[in-house]
Amino acid sequence: MKILVCISHVPDTTSKIQFTADGAALDAQGIQFVINPHDEFGLTKALQMKEAGLATQVTALIVGDASVEPTLRKALAIGADDAVRIDARPESGNQVAQWIAEYVQANPYELVLCGIESIDYNGGTVPGLLAHRMGAAFANACIGLELSGTNATVLREIDGGKEKLTASLPLVVAGKKGLVEESELRIPNMRGIMAARTKPLAVVAPSAVAAQVVSKRFEKPVGRTSVRLIDKDNLGELVRLLHEEAKVI
Amino acid sequence: MAARQDLYQHPDYYLMDEMLSDEHKLIREATREWVKRDVSPIIEEYAQRAEFPKQLVKGLAEVGAFGPYIPTEYGGAGLDQISYGLMMMEIERGDSGVRSTCSVQSSLVMYPIYAYGSEEQRRKYLPKLASGEMLGSFGLTEPNFGSNPGGMVTNIKDMGDHYLLNGAKMWISNAPFCDIAVVWAKNEAGRIHGVIVERGMEGFTTPETHNKWSLRASATGELVFDNVKVPKENLLPNKSGLGAPLGCLDSARYGIAWGALGAAMDCYDTALRYSKERVQFDRPIGGFQLQQKKLAEMITEITKAQLLTLRLGQLKNEGRATTGQISMAKRNNVNMALEIAREARQMLGGMGITGDYPIMRHMMNLESVVTYEGTHDIHLLITGMDVTGLSAFK
Repeated sequence: MKILVCISHVPDTTSKIQFTADGAALDAQGIQFVINPHDEFGLTKALQMKEAGLATQVTALIVGDASVEPTLRKALAIGADDAVRIDARPESGNQVAQWIAEYVQANPYELVLCGIESIDYNGGTVPGLLAHRMGAAFANACIGLELSGTNATVLREIDGGKEKLTASLPLVVAGKKGLVEESELRIPNMRGIMAARTKPLAVVAPSAVAAQVVSKRFEKPVGRTSVRLIDKDNLGELVRLLHEEAKVI
Repeated sequence: MAARQDLYQHPDYYLMDEMLSDEHKLIREATREWVKRDVSPIIEEYAQRAEFPKQLVKGLAEVGAFGPYIPTEYGGAGLDQISYGLMMMEIERGDSGVRSTCSVQSSLVMYPIYAYGSEEQRRKYLPKLASGEMLGSFGLTEPNFGSNPGGMVTNIKDMGDHYLLNGAKMWISNAPFCDIAVVWAKNEAGRIHGVIVERGMEGFTTPETHNKWSLRASATGELVFDNVKVPKENLLPNKSGLGAPLGCLDSARYGIAWGALGAAMDCYDTALRYSKERVQFDRPIGGFQLQQKKLAEMITEITKAQLLTLRLGQLKNEGRATTGQISMAKRNNVNMALEIAREARQMLGGMGITGDYPIMRHMMNLESVVTYEGTHDIHLLITGMDVTGLSAFK
């Protein structure tokens, strides 16, 4: 069985986010990029499955331009067998889902692991769209996964509890922490980094797919203002401020 | 003691990351991740207790910090010298004592066995040293011969089927728990040779040096040889004379130049963050001129050292780095780090002397680093000799 791990190349969670002067794009100067944390849980799960003899191959895939290749190399250094880069700068989740679906059609995988969302633009549409286009089963918010032959048992996070599902492969999973724990995440070692040099990294040309959603402009949230204290005997003023300034009542 | 979260980010004022390859950056980030996960949370406690965190040996080996530039066929990672430097920088950013363990293992034990050893010696020892199954130490300094190692009195006598080793070595990192020691001793003709001494050989003991105020999370001791029978096949056959141990020191000092840079950047990063959070006279202390002077001078010195060290790494990769160039970098960077640690300590006021922040530990560690592997003054004389052609040693 082959596992495809779909990865987003996102700014490190401690990065200070700035936008270009016209607000049209992220200013990537000085930003360090990492494997999207939700995807990293999936990658680690895939490697564990391979080590347990449940999978024969783990492929890491990113849709992105050449600047994402260090992130793919890191996935290879951690243990993925090969990597695929679909050579495009996606604007919308529908494009990413379509391109990955086309890739999987030509190169079948029984299990596709995605993260529940990417932490850069908080996109979460790709896994569901991908499953639909593949005609595969889909499990969202997945926090546990076990395989037995061509069947999967999935543990999902739902409001106020957990849900256990069974599904048959092929299956697309949108996973998060719980698939594996943070302590199980892997740091690449030097031998892995050396081995990653010679592992295959295929670059695939994308088909023409129009973006269904186009970002126009980015703005940072307004910073927190200072607290205003209102005398406890002056409730009228509090009501007035909430009504006229904060406009919440 | 609850460790503070390690928020370290390296300063890169001259955008030097652009001069590193993607692989170099991955190596640096991987090492940093490991330090943040396994070293930062525990190191202060071990340093306070003056105990070596032995559990780190396995992690250091897994990351690949033992002999990263030794070829893969002997268990190393086969990386270049800049990769080795970046790893030492990140590990010393965590703690100079942990970096010392790596320097000794890589440059002072694995390097001489690789460069001067026989093929049998390489195959016997290097894979086990790389995997951390064996830990090594390096015996050159003696009680009466520190800056003048050529005067050593430790000696080997050819007894026909073995050598008889006598003498004592002092200030030896890893000594108390080393499995093997690369020991430098004079033969009957006064020629310096390296021999591999194994723990368990009769007459070989390793008493620990106590009461250190520096490198407290690293074990230091003596190597004492009382009529130790060393098999003939344990002599390093391919190089002798003082140049042999000095070649090891070149490799270790190169790693120290990078390591000290890491300690300096950690002190700067800590002080910069503190200066923006600590409020006095109703504003962050980072807004005051005297604090800005300290920070501006720190980042200037760090940036100069980053440029010097990366260039040295390029020369080392090309096999062109001279002993003089390595001395200059070791001397400059360690002194720079020590001065930054002292200034940073002052910026944190009373908090700077506590174990809540890494600065005082770095500062005390660097007092050893500025002394070992050639003192600050000796490196000055090496540079002086290099530029004048005249030795001031005797």
